[in-house]
Amino acid sequence: MDSLIPFTTSGSLVDCVDRKMLVVLRDGRKLQGVLRSYDQFANLVLEDTVERIYHQDVFAETWRGLFLIRGENVVLLGEIDLDQEDEIPLRQVDWSVLEPYHKQEVAAKKQRDELKAQVLYDRHGFCKEGGEGDGY
Amino acid sequence: MLIFSVFKTLTDQQVTVELKNDLSITGTLKSVDQFLNIRLDSIKVLDEARHPHMMAVKNCFIRGSVVRYVQLPAEHVDTQLLEDATRREAAAQQKR
Repeated sequence: MDSLIPFTTSGSLVDCVDRKMLVVLRDGRKLQGVLRSYDQFANLVLEDTVERIYHQDVFAETWRGLFLIRGENVVLLGEIDLDQEDEIPLRQVDWSVLEPYHKQEVAAKKQRDELKAQVLYDRHGFCKEGGEGDGY
Repeated sequence: MLIFSVFKTLTDQQVTVELKNDLSITGTLKSVDQFLNIRLDSIKVLDEARHPHMMAVKNCFIRGSVVRYVQLPAEHVDTQLLEDATRREAAAQQKR
C-alpha cells in the first residue's frame, strides 16, 4: 500500500514527540502544546494545548486542552526552543483584554481579502471560487 | 517524482520557503518527502515583527500543501540536467 511506504519527513517528526510544539492552522490559529502522536498525513495529537493570539508586542493565551488535528488544516509545526521562549520581547496580557483587538484584526484581514478577490474577479478575470485564497 | 529527487539533492542547503499565508521562512533544508513536506532547521522568518509567534521556533516542519514557492540556491540546481531528465521521463511515459 502506497501510504505505508516510509516517509522521510513525517517520519522524522518522531524526535518532536513529547516536545512542546507550535502548530499554525490554515485558519490562522496558533496552538502550543505537547505533540503526542502523528501520522503520514500530518494528523497530529496535541496535549495540554493553549491557543495564543498576538497583537503588536503583546500576546495572550487561553487553555484549550486535547486536540486531534486533521492534517489538511496544518500549515506548520515548529519546535519551540525553551531557552529562547523566555527571551522573546513580548508582554503577556489577559485573554479578555486582547481578544477584541484580535477579532478586529481578523475581521479587517477578511475584509481586505474579500476586497482583493473582488478586484481580481472584476478587473482581471479571476474566478470567484476559493474564498480561502489560493485554494489554501 | 522528479521534483522530489531535486529536493533530495538539495538537503543541507539554504532555501527560502514562501507559504500561502505569506510567511517566508529561510532555513537549512533537512528533509523532504513525496508530498514535498519540508523540514527546515535553524530558521529565520522574513519580517519577524509581523509574525511574532515564530520568535521562539528554531526548526519546523511545513506541510507541502501550504507551500507557494521554494527559492533554491541556483548554483546547486543543474537546470540542463533537469531538462534532460524531464524529457526522458516524458518519453518513458509515452512508451508505456
